[in-house]
Amino acid sequence: MESRIGKFWLGAGYVFLYLPILTLIVFSFNDSKMVTLWGGFTFKWYGVIAHDTEVVDGFLLSLKVALMTASASVCLGMLAAFAMVRYKSFFGRTAFSAHINAPLVVPEVITGLSLLLFFVLCQRLFGMPERGVFTIWAGHTSVGMAYAAVVIQSRLLEMDKSLEEAAMDLGCRPFQVFYLVTFPMIAQALMSAWLLTFTISLDDVVATAFLSGPGSTTLPIVILSRARLGLNPTVNAIATITVAVVAVGVLAGSLWLNRQERKRAAEQAAAYREGTLALAS
Amino acid sequence: MANSPASAAAKVDDSRFVRIDRLTKRFDEVAAVDDVSLDIEKGEIFALLGSSGCGKSTLLRMLAGFETPSVGSIYLEGNDIAKMPPYERPINMMFQSYALFPHLTVWENIAFGLKRDNMPTDQIAERVETMLNIVKLKPYAKRKPHQLSGGQQQRVALARCLAKSPKLLLLDEPLGALDRKLREQTQFELHNIIKKVGVTCVLVTHDQEEAMTMADRIAVMSEGRFKQVGKPNEIYETPSCRFVADFIGNVNMFGGTLEVDQPDHCVIDTMHGKFYLDHGITGTQDMPVSVAVRPEKINLQRDPPADPQYNCLRGEIADSGYFGSFSLYRMNLASGMKLQIQITHTERHGELFQRGETVFATCAPDSLVALTT
Ligand SMILES: Nc1ncnc2c1ncn2[C@@H]1O[C@H](COP(=O)(O)OP(=O)(O)OP(=O)(O)O)[C@@H](O)[C@H]1O
Ligand SMILES: [Mg+2]
Repeated sequence: MESRIGKFWLGAGYVFLYLPILTLIVFSFNDSKMVTLWGGFTFKWYGVIAHDTEVVDGFLLSLKVALMTASASVCLGMLAAFAMVRYKSFFGRTAFSAHINAPLVVPEVITGLSLLLFFVLCQRLFGMPERGVFTIWAGHTSVGMAYAAVVIQSRLLEMDKSLEEAAMDLGCRPFQVFYLVTFPMIAQALMSAWLLTFTISLDDVVATAFLSGPGSTTLPIVILSRARLGLNPTVNAIATITVAVVAVGVLAGSLWLNRQERKRAAEQAAAYREGTLALAS
Repeated sequence: MANSPASAAAKVDDSRFVRIDRLTKRFDEVAAVDDVSLDIEKGEIFALLGSSGCGKSTLLRMLAGFETPSVGSIYLEGNDIAKMPPYERPINMMFQSYALFPHLTVWENIAFGLKRDNMPTDQIAERVETMLNIVKLKPYAKRKPHQLSGGQQQRVALARCLAKSPKLLLLDEPLGALDRKLREQTQFELHNIIKKVGVTCVLVTHDQEEAMTMADRIAVMSEGRFKQVGKPNEIYETPSCRFVADFIGNVNMFGGTLEVDQPDHCVIDTMHGKFYLDHGITGTQDMPVSVAVRPEKINLQRDPPADPQYNCLRGEIADSGYFGSFSLYRMNLASGMKLQIQITHTERHGELFQRGETVFATCAPDSLVALTT
């Protein structure tokens, strides 16, 4: 009885989460200008967006910004994480820690607005930077860095410190310790941090709206401005492509991780069995 | 020429392979290692034994180079290495967690240190092969650490340390991560390998059995200081202070005062009875002295001994446990103290004592130790 109620609520949750997306996908194949009326099946909206320069340019810009943001965020986030984990006492550590985490809790509107004011001021004083790719990138990175730092920090904390000591003991100079031992150990966390900041940057609207200039419209801004002019099947098509890409990426990623995990567990169990057998004999 | 002072001095330094001189390490004003001096000979296995938090890991880590001493020096073959970074010291350490690199295979783990020395590839292969043979892990060369059992991981860690032919091998709780059954077996294997390789070794442990069976000499540590340094039997049979007597093995201790003190004997008066020891202690009349006796050095008998004045305690058996090769008894003395006694069964039908029986516990004058500190 209880389980049936549970299943009902679970189902309701799924419907609430996924029905809108499903509707969007279905209507991207709708052969009618009217978004709410089904007029037959078609691929034509996909053809339309392929020749829509605004959409294609927006997509390419988004991609460019996301790539730059993810890379910069991981680099800076890694440095911040190292500082936090490895140095337990330095002047201003608490303030530093708060600064790292602040972008996670400060509303994005505030972040965007303050950055805009800052850049406007800079431009008045120094004549640069022009609002555009650079300012968007800087804004996204200030948020992305915080996420990256959190992800990398947790990996560093759980890493056995004696691994690095062992490397040093065996003759590694500090830099060798990093690239021979620490880097391989945290590579997976760096990868997840990169993917996380990539997706955050890719679909960011709020900060981007403040920071983009006339010639620099990212895809989410394009979608938003079009949706505001009235619902439009091309928007559905763009969104469907995005959903498909993300779904495939996430699915492949988690399947791969799952398989690694299972393989590892099996190997560990085998080693343990072997060990007990050897002991018994 | 050969007898000139300079060469004589150099010779003295060489005989002390490792010399630790007044070493102190403070963490926030608390001394984890406190003014410790020690010489270790070449080829020796030396154990640092002590309870948790007594500073033994800190001392080991100073030898490895992971902690810099607050005061003092460490000499290896006469050179002060206290300020040398770990990667330049000819010393290798095996970590309690083994610290095997999880992304490398067994082979690569063992070769790791050799590659850092820019050893030619063919020599590396040869050396790794040798090490794999020593620790009997040849079939496992291509495995990753997580595919090995605990005992195998420990052997990889050992091989990785020994591969670089260190002058000094450091082991931090080498058997600590293994389960009990595996421990005893591994203990002897480890000892054999170290002796076969002939490397000088300092090991840290809180397990006295491990220290006794593995080490040539032991330092008993407490609160950052050495309480006693000596061979395992010296530490067990002639403890220098109450702490060591109590820490190593089981002991019965009686507090009393010095009554007679002669070069060849002394008498100590306690509330439980008088004790006659076959050695003198250089002390003053009536100074407080404790008498220590190990449970297995006590005899039990039902009839009062011929001379009950000294070394004889009357009491009642409170508990008894039969262990096959020996029995353990606990005896209530009139003073309220509980005495532990271990009787080895050398005869098949030797006598056993029952709970509630009144018995006399006696011990020989040479089995007692007088402790003044
Ligand atoms: N990095 C450090 N910072 C501050 N205090 C430390 C540090 N390392 C050790 N200590 C302190 O020094 C003392 C000795 O520590 P140590 O690790 O040497 O003990 P141990 O004998 O190895 O104990 P265990 O058997 O638990 O490993 C402890 O009180 C510990 O809290
Ligand atoms: Mg320790």
